[in-house]
Amino acid sequence: MNSAPDGLTVDKVHVWRGERHVLKGVSLELWPHQLLHVSGPNGAGKSTLLRVLCGLLRPEEGVVAWRGRPILKSRLDYCASLAYASHDPALKGDLTCLENLRYSVGLRRHISDEGLRATLRNTGVEGCADLPARVLSAGQRRRVAMARILASSAALWLLDEPFTNLDSAGSELLSTLLAQHMSRGGLAVVVAHQEIRLAGDVHRLELAA
Amino acid sequence: MSVGAWAAMSLIVRRELCLSFRRPGQLLQPLVFFLIVTTLFPLSLSPQLSLLRDMAPGVLWVAALLSSLLSLDSLFKGDADDGTLEQLAICGQELGVIVIAKAVAHWLVSGAALVLISPLVGVALGIPTSAFATMMLSLGLGTVTLSWLGAIGAALTVGLRRGNVLLSLIVLPLAMPLLIFGANATDRAIGGTSPAGALYFLAALCVFTCTLAPFAATAALRISLE
Repeated sequence: MNSAPDGLTVDKVHVWRGERHVLKGVSLELWPHQLLHVSGPNGAGKSTLLRVLCGLLRPEEGVVAWRGRPILKSRLDYCASLAYASHDPALKGDLTCLENLRYSVGLRRHISDEGLRATLRNTGVEGCADLPARVLSAGQRRRVAMARILASSAALWLLDEPFTNLDSAGSELLSTLLAQHMSRGGLAVVVAHQEIRLAGDVHRLELAA
Repeated sequence: MSVGAWAAMSLIVRRELCLSFRRPGQLLQPLVFFLIVTTLFPLSLSPQLSLLRDMAPGVLWVAALLSSLLSLDSLFKGDADDGTLEQLAICGQELGVIVIAKAVAHWLVSGAALVLISPLVGVALGIPTSAFATMMLSLGLGTVTLSWLGAIGAALTVGLRRGNVLLSLIVLPLAMPLLIFGANATDRAIGGTSPAGALYFLAALCVFTCTLAPFAATAALRISLE
């Protein structure tokens, strides 16, 4: 029996970078089937907020809690249930796309190469599976990064500007994948400058500069 | 179903080896450096066997130290630059598991390779074949220790723009005991006396770093990631 709430809660998080007060008391709540669209001008701390949510950056003040427990206390459990895509696609140029996925998703769960190929097919880059990532275009890399998120089967997706470099079909695909993820009971925090149009429970957080 | 620590470690070691062999140039660079530096000495000084044998241990160890510094910089830097280090840090495995796997892989492609080609250098410096076993054993223990010391330094400097100079300044002083006992062991083996004492010291240093350095490197990497 787990009576703890099943979502992500952020309570008055403050982050300073040197002299700059980047996050000024951000609070939010996110529950299953919900998507949070984070927007704001450049330098408003959107990426910083995502890094805090990943546990990569320790906030000076405030608490981030997942399923009722502070993430810094249950780090591994929390990491196992999140998937993060930074604005960098985080691919090794010398490895093929399939190897890239094998060596990143393989650390999270057991998955066969066929399973990974199927995921690459889902994001429309199956033809690139055996190509080194360095020869891919920026948009294709973004799609491979999307495949990594998808293959990780994480409950919480943290995406930093995932629509960048994607063509219109790619943006469409990403919206569909997000909608499917939410309908399965997933949570997502998406940093994006454009509108996110999809069926479902979309919340907004506007960060001020 | 989650992945166990051993499975994760072997996966990361395979990843690192795969990456190294995709860039054979980067792999061979420190080894070629090691060979060239050591052969410069017999060429520049007189090729008198007695003189060469006197300085062989020192030359061998200094060259080994410097060549292993060459490969240290890329230990975490490559992954930090393309964002894969962040992904590793949040993959749901202990950061320590990742650090250990990366250090082991680093030793396999730099330290172990250096030990294997050291007989070549031994021949060039006129080290008697009877001393090869001691030389290789001492280098083996020494390079393991160096990989660990280097892992701490590399983890500390990963976020810095010109970290490699600082990395040498951090690692070289820590490596001095290695240099002293390693050269001493080789020297004794060449002279025909027992190198046991120096080898014990090297082994102790090796055990010491193998047990404590993973903690230090992990803590350093965690700070650098923020």
